[in-house]
Amino acid sequence: MSNASEILTKSRMVSRPSSLEFINSIFTDFFELHGDRHFEDDMAMVGGLAMLNDMPVTVVGIQKGHTVKDNVERRFGSPNPDGYRKVVRLMEQAEKFHRPVIQFINTSGAYPGKGAEERGQGEAIARCLYVSAGLKTPVISIFIGEGGSGGAIAMAAGDRVWMLENGMYAVLSPEGFASILWRDPTRSGEAAELMKITAKDLLQNGVIEKIIPEPEEGIENNLQYTADIIKEELVKELKVLCSKTTEELLEERYKRFRKYGEFNE
Amino acid sequence: MKLFKKKNYIPIGRTVMPDSKGESVKPVEREEPVIPNGMWVKCRFCGALVYKKEMDQFQICPKCGGHFRISAKDRLSITCDEGTFEELDPNMTSKNPMDYPDYDKLIAKMQEKTGLKEGVLTGICQIDGYKTAVAVMDSNFIMASMGSVVGEKITRAIEKSTELGIPIVIFTASGGARMQEGIISLMQMAKTSAAVRRHNDAGLLYITVMTDPTTGGVSASFANLGDVILAEPKATIGFAGRRVIEGTINEKLPDDFQSAEFQLKHGFVDAIVERKDIKNALSRLFKLHGIKKEKEAAENE
Repeated sequence: MSNASEILTKSRMVSRPSSLEFINSIFTDFFELHGDRHFEDDMAMVGGLAMLNDMPVTVVGIQKGHTVKDNVERRFGSPNPDGYRKVVRLMEQAEKFHRPVIQFINTSGAYPGKGAEERGQGEAIARCLYVSAGLKTPVISIFIGEGGSGGAIAMAAGDRVWMLENGMYAVLSPEGFASILWRDPTRSGEAAELMKITAKDLLQNGVIEKIIPEPEEGIENNLQYTADIIKEELVKELKVLCSKTTEELLEERYKRFRKYGEFNE
Repeated sequence: MKLFKKKNYIPIGRTVMPDSKGESVKPVEREEPVIPNGMWVKCRFCGALVYKKEMDQFQICPKCGGHFRISAKDRLSITCDEGTFEELDPNMTSKNPMDYPDYDKLIAKMQEKTGLKEGVLTGICQIDGYKTAVAVMDSNFIMASMGSVVGEKITRAIEKSTELGIPIVIFTASGGARMQEGIISLMQMAKTSAAVRRHNDAGLLYITVMTDPTTGGVSASFANLGDVILAEPKATIGFAGRRVIEGTINEKLPDDFQSAEFQLKHGFVDAIVERKDIKNALSRLFKLHGIKKEKEAAENE
């Protein structure tokens, strides 16, 4: 496996597939649903309905672009509050129709913009966490690339959190970390090592449950390899989660997050 | 041309200075007025130098009415009925899960400076006779950033209030997640939000009082989940840092951006309440939720 600094580079590659490509490679019959019913359709967040074999599911994901134009429209995968409100809307819809929710995360963080603050970025992320905590259907989150800060955990508060081999997840960007610690953002590689951002580290400290392997030739060259593995794992895991009572599901989800913390008493 | 000749500077102060022969002389011992540290504070709103004793217990600038940041202990003393506060988890302290350089030293320094063990005080108290759980964050302690201890103490306070069937009031102030503890800090957002959800599902009242500054991961979790959200005048409330936003959009932001007044205007705060009126506002809100004072509740039994 690569070291943290190499993984950081791989997780951010423009050619790396993003949520829409994963959705189309794992599921069939994808029907995209747009908008948050409050303000606008945030293109940094995609979502809709799809079939996992013969099971209808709700899918949501943060979408980075692959061209400059696409990336500008999608703000390089940094959602506005409207994106997180789209997630809340689709999660509640999934609950109504007893569908599991699958979330794909690929963001350096929520968008730091003027409109984002005017429309309550903090409230939108908080609401995502709050709705996830009580949703009566299974929620599985998968880190497919970058996972940065509050904008990432908003969509990683469900029953299972998985990560691709070359994904990352951190409290703030390694650049930000390096500029605070050493006043030098160029030392991001070093920061990445110290911050324990890789799937291996996160599996070890219990932040994720599973590492999804990527093909040797690079995921940008063979997405189907990884998509097939994710599909197989989803089928397996949803069988387990769907067999639980709502009380069991919610209790286990509460305990999953309740355990985090290291302190002396 | 001696007109423009550089004059010798005359050193002032008490540093050792050379005499005319180039030898150093000992500084003259002088009587200096004794100004105890922290007697004067500068108002961050109007710039006035304020003599601390001139301020009352609410710590308001006498010149402009600006609200100074207030310690958690002082907040409790102006909020809780005298002698009713019982602290929860008084001895919880941080570890260094990421082996962050000098984190232990930083914690020790902050503990010495503030007299606190961590960035939040939690407990059960009475406010104007109403029994409630309370949590107060203290921005003097690493900007009350949320690591394991802050997250755990707040979660336990919420859980305790759910268990006792009482409301909870949280005075928020935070720079965001505690980066020195890494990913575990981020997990506290989900942990605290889930605890709020359970308190809510039990039909109990949660009031947030946003104080300066309420930002980052705290604004994106329990701070924004109150049934009623109050804010102190001019408090900074927002998710992303002002400079980060200015850098991203390449535009200077107006002065009132992310102020309590800005949040009221955009619909994210229910009311702005001056510090001296907060206790009264909380009391009114308890009453309006049909909650009984401890005394009345005891009489009815």
